[in-house]
Amino acid sequence: MNGIGRGYAGKFLEVDLSREKISELKFDEDTLRKYVGGRGLAVKILWDRLGSKWDEIDPLGPENILTILTGPLTGYYPGGRVCVSGKSPQSNGIVGSTVGGEFGIELKCSGWDGIIVTGRASSPVYIFIKDDKVEIRDASHIWGLDGKQTIKVLTKELRNELQSKYPRYGSWREPAILYIGPAGENRCRIAAVMAKWTHAAGYGGYGAVMGSKNLKAIAVKGTGPLPEVHNPIKTYLLMHEVYKACIKRDNMRRWGTGSAGYYVGYALSSEPVRNWQEEWHNEKSFGVDAFERRVWIKRYWGDFGCPTTCLKIAIVRSGPYAGAITDNPDYELQAYLGTNLGIFTPEENVYVASVIDDLGLCGINAGNVLGFAAELYQRGILTKEDLDGIDLKWGNAKAFAELARKIALREGIGDILAEGTFRAAIKIGEMKGADVMKYAVQVKGIAVGAHGIRSGLDYPTPIAYACSVQGGDHTSVARLPLSSHGSEVIRILLDSAVICIFNYFSEPSLFWKMYEAVTGWHETPETWSSENGLRILNIQRAALLLGGPDFTWNPKIHDDNPPRFYEPLPSGPHAGKQVDKTEVEKLKKEYYEAVGWDENGIPKSEILRKLGLESVDKVLDKVRKKFESKS
Amino acid sequence: MEVKSGIWIMRDYAKCSGCRLCEVMCSLYHEGKIWPEASRIRVFMLIPGVEFPHFCTQCEDYPCVNACPVKALSVDEETGAVIVDREKCTACGMCIEACPGKIPHIHPKDNYAVICDLCGGDPQCVKICQLGGWKALWIVPRSRVEKHCKLYARTPEEVAKELAINMYGKFGEELI
Repeated sequence: MNGIGRGYAGKFLEVDLSREKISELKFDEDTLRKYVGGRGLAVKILWDRLGSKWDEIDPLGPENILTILTGPLTGYYPGGRVCVSGKSPQSNGIVGSTVGGEFGIELKCSGWDGIIVTGRASSPVYIFIKDDKVEIRDASHIWGLDGKQTIKVLTKELRNELQSKYPRYGSWREPAILYIGPAGENRCRIAAVMAKWTHAAGYGGYGAVMGSKNLKAIAVKGTGPLPEVHNPIKTYLLMHEVYKACIKRDNMRRWGTGSAGYYVGYALSSEPVRNWQEEWHNEKSFGVDAFERRVWIKRYWGDFGCPTTCLKIAIVRSGPYAGAITDNPDYELQAYLGTNLGIFTPEENVYVASVIDDLGLCGINAGNVLGFAAELYQRGILTKEDLDGIDLKWGNAKAFAELARKIALREGIGDILAEGTFRAAIKIGEMKGADVMKYAVQVKGIAVGAHGIRSGLDYPTPIAYACSVQGGDHTSVARLPLSSHGSEVIRILLDSAVICIFNYFSEPSLFWKMYEAVTGWHETPETWSSENGLRILNIQRAALLLGGPDFTWNPKIHDDNPPRFYEPLPSGPHAGKQVDKTEVEKLKKEYYEAVGWDENGIPKSEILRKLGLESVDKVLDKVRKKFESKS
Repeated sequence: MEVKSGIWIMRDYAKCSGCRLCEVMCSLYHEGKIWPEASRIRVFMLIPGVEFPHFCTQCEDYPCVNACPVKALSVDEETGAVIVDREKCTACGMCIEACPGKIPHIHPKDNYAVICDLCGGDPQCVKICQLGGWKALWIVPRSRVEKHCKLYARTPEEVAKELAINMYGKFGEELI
């Protein structure tokens, strides 16, 4: 019952911050079978509670719900992640945003499958979970602290507390902590929910949601075992197979995604360079060998149970950026806080990434809006005066770091840029009386991941972002066939199970076997993508189309690429290539058909009823009527 | 007490990736399930990036064994490991007090002290650490290292602080 014996602890924690009420929640097996956990279950919870009035819900109001959910495979299939969700202040839809670390493991070991946070605390608080004991506590002493300080203070005080409450236990280990930095506190729509200094649930803007609830952090220490699984022997044998498959991946282990900062630009012509004005570069100063020689001090770093350990730790020891510490940076941040800002040295890249981490900003969304602002500066649309004297020239690392700080604190122009590229483009456009949306490289309020589609050599297809239910999110892209490993519907299961995509790709077939060994439920890419996965996708689509309250998407306009992708690539071996609009329209049509959407991109009644989503169908009438009257 | 042969797990903290697969393997072997808090080897992360495994060093004078008021602790003559008799152990915590590194801890569910038993001479933590190529742990004959073993019995706080400064230099001091 309630998933017990299938990889679930069997209960969820609900914390109502307005009423300071803590309660327990259970889901029946049918719900878990269909929605699994993580992203899928978040979609179910959000829709059930907010669906009928979705367009009126302010993502930053107390009526929004923040979910932090594990899945049945968390802790079993490496590596440990949790999925953060809610109504997104970026897309106004639902984004499943996963983050690595030990939080999910500690949570399950404390007997909880997930946390649902509602309401808003009247003053800053944090939540501390020690097994079945849950407390809402004052956080005024850590409000305002950056990431590194937040972890330092909370680790110290919570260990001291455990040590004095249970003195005979021996040495207490640190609890796992999810937290927000100043960016989340100030409700920047591009703020992330953070873990371990550098780990971020970035897409979706849930740092702002946490901040809007006055929730600075959640810390958890669980002393129990991971929950029981359906077939333990098979699970443990498969775990070994996964380890072996992961350990074989020399490239991924040795360099993580940190070799891509050079490679994706040089070899694939799909890396953002100076706000996507180019996607090719041949800057050998940005080669992975340079990162390794100059800044990496730990070659293999990983989260609980991960045999790949693709992360690395980097520090700048001397020079103007001395003291900057971050991870690799990984590819996305090498691109977005490196090449996209015209930065091509490891030291400057590590420096900007460490500033972004400490502020609790999403590196992708922040790098996107910083690049956008720099292009406006390049074109003379934003002036030094607009930027409070910051000389936002390409490659000026100090200037980008200073602007990031202003964003996190919502100072001056930072207050506008904190809204994210899409909303900033509207405001700056009005301010300057110019069309600046053409420089905004985003889809449905979400920055496009650092994988361009113009060269046709990288994995995203021409409709990858345009038709995704998570906008620009490069980890969840629209792709046919729906049962392919890279399709959004399959990614929904990975984010619901909740596991790491990179480890999935070590040997995908092992995941499906492990899913059955842990849960006892049989799924294949084909069954998942034709029923349970498709159901979750369609609810996400419905929420995205309902949107609101500040903005609602029109698929005819917004199921599309950023204008920049229709400009020809100006440089590199693939110069001249661009996305073909006719091809996009053709693929869109095929995709709509495959997922059951009508010619306006709205889920059809027929598919919704087939999937048992009558309530979604009913609410979507609102959207259908709107488009009928328009056309 | 004299240990006839024995092994020792050599450790290189700088190479620890923080993956905690040693805990997974240890708890599977001893508890039949994945149970990080019941693991005989525990990875501490008092500062991110500064992960290190914390587990018994088999001091040559075995202060924990000597401190046990109910003689629940003994030394395995073959391996040199400290063996806990769960029936006798009262979880009084005297062994933890006596340990210079505060290494043992009380089992999170049952009433006895948890101490590395070297898996009877075939430590699971070492196997996975070697398989994964991190090589933070490996096996050496105890006879070669005996006089150095006890040096590694340090508290997590001591180890974390020194490793942080080693890794992050003067910036490490601000992170503790």
